[in-house]
Amino acid sequence: MPPVIQVSGVRKTYGSTVAVEEASFEVNEGEIFGLIGPNGAGKTTTMECIEGLRKPDRGTIAVLGLDPFRQVYKLQECIGVQLQQAQLQKRIKVWEAVDLWASLYRKKAVDGERLLEQLGLSDKRGSWFMSLSGGQKQRLFIALALINDPEVVFLDELTTGLDPQSRRAIWDLVRDIRERGKTVFLTTHLMEEAERLCDRVAIMEHGRIIDIDAPERLVARHCPERTVILDAENAAAKDLFQQISGVQSVTCIDKRFTIGGRGDDFVTEVIHCLSENGIRVTDFRTILPNLEDVFLKLTGHSIRE
Amino acid sequence: MILRGLSKLTWIEIKVFLREPLGAIGTIGVPVLIFVVLGRVTNHKFAPSSFPGNGLSGAGLPVLVSLLIAISAVLSLVTIISIYREGGILKRLRATPLRPFTILTAHVIVKLMLTAATLSLMLMAGRRYFPPDAHVPWFSFTIALMISTWSILSVGFLIASIVPTARFAQPIGAVVLYPMIAVSGLFVPVEALPPGLHAVARALPLTYAVNLLKGIWNGDRWFAHIGDVAAMTVLFLFFTVLSAKVFRWE
Repeated sequence: MPPVIQVSGVRKTYGSTVAVEEASFEVNEGEIFGLIGPNGAGKTTTMECIEGLRKPDRGTIAVLGLDPFRQVYKLQECIGVQLQQAQLQKRIKVWEAVDLWASLYRKKAVDGERLLEQLGLSDKRGSWFMSLSGGQKQRLFIALALINDPEVVFLDELTTGLDPQSRRAIWDLVRDIRERGKTVFLTTHLMEEAERLCDRVAIMEHGRIIDIDAPERLVARHCPERTVILDAENAAAKDLFQQISGVQSVTCIDKRFTIGGRGDDFVTEVIHCLSENGIRVTDFRTILPNLEDVFLKLTGHSIRE
Repeated sequence: MILRGLSKLTWIEIKVFLREPLGAIGTIGVPVLIFVVLGRVTNHKFAPSSFPGNGLSGAGLPVLVSLLIAISAVLSLVTIISIYREGGILKRLRATPLRPFTILTAHVIVKLMLTAATLSLMLMAGRRYFPPDAHVPWFSFTIALMISTWSILSVGFLIASIVPTARFAQPIGAVVLYPMIAVSGLFVPVEALPPGLHAVARALPLTYAVNLLKGIWNGDRWFAHIGDVAAMTVLFLFFTVLSAKVFRWE
């Protein structure tokens, strides 16, 4: 099956500012694909080129086999879009917005009332847009993005500014979209969001895609380090730990050992060593690297800097 | 499909406008109030001849207030477009199959309906100053004002295309639009203006609007004002094309 989105060699500048230097990637049907990176990396510009809202200076884009710029109206019939920091008319009611959006598409829209119910907005249907909370506004924007039963859904910084609880609720909604067989393309600068939600991510920085893969494979590839922290009273333990295969460092403060090593089997090796030598352990935990660490490794700085 | 979207959007914009109490009262109420107050003052305290030129006598007052109605509708459009742009509403609508043209058309329709409604209120409120036997062609006058508003709206588009932020939209619009009344021929005949201002007046839709409105109020036939309508159409096209070139959606 051909990819749903194909981006190749896209470049976009605003005057002398290069927003996207070079972006090439593909998004497959039915996956949640995340474009991740710090603010200003070029994520939104890339996404808006794919949505047909901007024309790239160079490169080609195909979405569902359509050229997003030349066939923008045809494309907009079959995609759903949520834009970063968008607003609606302050005094438009929730049901009016859904009703209006439903009227804009040629094909029959999905049942708006059911959509509001699924998104937990039924009791807000008569409320003005300006009276909604941040999470409710985002859920309404998700409803508007789904009203035409789109093949591909674009979500730009969906949970920015939301509290952790609303964020989790929104993640569940995005997973539901995938369950319905849709493809989801999202951008985020929250590594936790990318890790929990995305099947594959592309890491973007300074307008370039640095690497693309499933989050856990990126972590395995770029950050093979594993750390085990345990409490043990055995004085000879330090020497034993230093013989574990793959071990790189062992430090001991009081009874607390911090053992660093590499490789997928490293934690197993540590457990093996403990049981073989009958070392009594009162606490045991592991620290595994995550996307945040991958980003740090690839760019030399944290995503928040 | 386009018509369905247009009618839905127009209807929602009307409702949204009426839900903003200050905006609705300001836009509709103020011109009517000015009309009634000035009407009283000029009728009871001053003789029409004490005004320069033909001043506010005869068609002067209704035409002046009609221009105020048109300008306040245009200002309201300028403000709304810039607020919608700043809030990302225009951009969000553009990410649907809705054509940009449809979005703007909806706003123009709302403003024209607003103009007609305000004018009707004004004429009703002013009944006591115009004896029932005075032959005022209300229907034609309303049409003339809608044509005028439509033409002046294109200047509004241009302003809305250029103003950087919503904060400046209303004041910049007011500074550009209100002085146009001064050179429109309402107080001083256009021919009597200095050559520079004369040329400016010829390039502005307000000048033709005044001529048309005055004429229709005084019972002229439409045939006599084809030139005014044509000039306003040309200016509308000119300003619309110009603003389409510089318009920013975000």
